[in-house]
Amino acid sequence: MTLKASNEKERNSTSLEFSGDRQICIRRRFNAPAHIVFRTWVEPQFVRQWWAPKSQQVEMVVCRASVQVGGTFRYVIRDMAGQEFAFSGVYHEIVPSKRLVYTQCFEPMSEEGKVEITVSFFEHAGCTDVESVETYASKEALQAALSAGLEHGMRDSLQQLEELLAHSLLS
Amino acid sequence: MFELFMALAEPNRLQIVELLVNEPCTVLDIADRLSLRQTQTSKHLRVLREAGLVSVEVAGQHRRYSLEPKRLKELDNWLVKYRRLWDDRFEQFDRVIADINHQENQNDSKSKQRKREK
Repeated sequence: MTLKASNEKERNSTSLEFSGDRQICIRRRFNAPAHIVFRTWVEPQFVRQWWAPKSQQVEMVVCRASVQVGGTFRYVIRDMAGQEFAFSGVYHEIVPSKRLVYTQCFEPMSEEGKVEITVSFFEHAGCTDVESVETYASKEALQAALSAGLEHGMRDSLQQLEELLAHSLLS
Repeated sequence: MFELFMALAEPNRLQIVELLVNEPCTVLDIADRLSLRQTQTSKHLRVLREAGLVSVEVAGQHRRYSLEPKRLKELDNWLVKYRRLWDDRFEQFDRVIADINHQENQNDSKSKQRKREK
């Protein structure tokens, strides 16, 4: 098995892309084979180590998952002010090391409906490219999620705007 | 923040913003460059103004529209924050997989060693 050194300084970049008016796609390469990346993505013992970014001063207080078709998960994070936010959902499709389909509901905004998330894992040369596509119930649901600002995505047009901003008047 | 997203969610309005990045424009300039009707352009500009994204300046007979960089900066901050959430998560993810890799490699070499010993 060829693996890149774990202490490699270079950090893989995260890409966000918007397709249509209710979809967001997050892409990232990981320096490990798919079976490891897949387990890290779903198994609670690992999820609790990465899902709440310490640098943003949130901690994970609940991380439960029954990783099987029809099984449920519930993640709860707590911010510095002690406020808790829960995410929960159901697994619809599980193909180990390849594909994961689940729904996710951000409980404070449950009236906006569920987000369907399809995560694909592509392994090559000891690395794994992960693509997570989030599909919102409606354009409005995506926009509401945007304004909540915690977790969710943007339209493709905003992606263009971001690039524009990066190159122009804000420098 | 919500009205900002709503304002930019419409493709013509985003195009107007892109146009204004380069220089302030009148309604006529914008309508002309984007092949929109003038009334339609005015409506879009009103939404952008209400969202605080553009300001208007009266120059003689013309009203010139320009971008409000402060408001755009807010949006930029938000996007930076959003990307950072995932980036920070994945940085922790990297550490978790590095640990697992390390353990697997150790197990591999132990079992090879055991085989050799047999």
